[in-house]
Amino acid sequence: MADLALSRPRIRPGTPVAALVLGAAVGAVLLVPLLLPLDQSAVALDRTTLPPSPAHPGGTDDLGRDVLHRSIYGLRVSLLVGVVAAVAAALVGGLIGGLAGLLGGWVDRILMRVIDTISALPHLLLGIFIVAMLRPGLGAVILSIGLTHWLSTARIVRSELLSLRTRPFIDAAIAGGAGRTRILTRHLLPHVLPKIALAVTLMIPHAVWHETSLSFLGLGLPPHLASLGNMINDGQRSLLAGAWWSSIVPGAVIVAVTLAIAALAGRWRDHLDPRVRAELNL
Amino acid sequence: MSLVAESVSAGYRGRRVLNGVSLTVAAGETVGLRGPSGSGKSTLVRVLALLHTPDAGHVSLDGVRIEGVRHRVPVSVRTRIAVLFQSPRAASDPRLTLADLIAEPLRAVRRPREGIAARVAELADRVGLTADLLTRRPHAVSDGQLQRACLARALAHRPAYLLCDEATTMLDASTQALVASVITAEQRETGLGVLVVSHDPALLSRWADRVVTVAPPRRSDISAPQPT
Repeated sequence: MADLALSRPRIRPGTPVAALVLGAAVGAVLLVPLLLPLDQSAVALDRTTLPPSPAHPGGTDDLGRDVLHRSIYGLRVSLLVGVVAAVAAALVGGLIGGLAGLLGGWVDRILMRVIDTISALPHLLLGIFIVAMLRPGLGAVILSIGLTHWLSTARIVRSELLSLRTRPFIDAAIAGGAGRTRILTRHLLPHVLPKIALAVTLMIPHAVWHETSLSFLGLGLPPHLASLGNMINDGQRSLLAGAWWSSIVPGAVIVAVTLAIAALAGRWRDHLDPRVRAELNL
Repeated sequence: MSLVAESVSAGYRGRRVLNGVSLTVAAGETVGLRGPSGSGKSTLVRVLALLHTPDAGHVSLDGVRIEGVRHRVPVSVRTRIAVLFQSPRAASDPRLTLADLIAEPLRAVRRPREGIAARVAELADRVGLTADLLTRRPHAVSDGQLQRACLARALAHRPAYLLCDEATTMLDASTQALVASVITAEQRETGLGVLVVSHDPALLSRWADRVVTVAPPRRSDISAPQPT
């Protein structure tokens, strides 16, 4: 076992690749709109469905728009929606899970049954229902994701608090004179907050996919605005005509970025656990 | 001056673990407590430490009956009774360094910062923890070193009573001896009353002034401690 632990690589090879991919994506999202602004309504019918070339590395779509340029704009929307929605979901989940875990008893039982009931419904269906109830747009998409993705965070926070509350180190702190506020702020929250932050990070890829799915179904951003879901949807038409790049390029962008975020979040999760950190010799 | 459990019955979710148990730990004496697994020794410690609500009976501290448990008990009362748990790892917040672990009870009652640093240094010296060890976190020290830090933490408030719940079970012989000698020295100095829970008859006969046995409750049996 000791040999196995020692033979593990100090840095797993996926980590630098994921960091590079995410760094490039964030850099592109921040710099491209400054250096190469995109007119979202512009079309160029003289250069439709051109394959990838040095002038258009991602090719052009059936309206002559640069696919890679629009994918970067689409990624900007996806990341914005993903981060804001994941934070909103974590806040809702953290609050509800915190109440269940700290108060316990009938409050816990009622909240857990509510969570079980919502969990039984398909997320996407619930998301579509929420967007349909509101005016379609960025706000509705964020709300739809926030209200459907808080369940896992609530469960994580609740179970963590229930487990921590009965640990002898909490008993030792109480016996040592710590009041309720100190127990909460010094002994419970510092253990729970990194897990909430990690849940946010792991949720971002889900939220990005959810936004893309809603846009693909025509319930996200207006069709002329670049969003990865809109682009994949539009690209379907060109696929049959041989213009594979119009769907593949935005698809590859979302796969690469969500995988990179998930890999870095997994790495962070390992780093947060002192036992795993010691085992990996980090 | 004594810590008394009077006719205490206690359990978990309807399962009775203690049935009408009475026990007295007087100031300055060391009482040994033994009994088979499941006889309720740790539950009795938790009741005496004001961490578990008894179903019947009550705890008295220096003649005053204590109402409630945990945060319902005033800090001035809670800090007079310290506990040393069996597993130092479970009893230590993994985020804190050993110095912070020892300082935590003092910070909890808002002692002045300079006083805390001096007291931590004094306690660390007493239990034989070097400055290097004090900067480490629990996962980076041995069970023995961590239990010594837990002992220092337990003594931080100069408690009147110390409840050791199989606190030396996981330790090697030399650390066991060190823990016992630190507690005995504290007892001589402050008149500490000590309850030692252990499965080890040799340890109890060496350390305790008297030993009581607790038997597991069976149907209507009452597990009254029997002096040996």
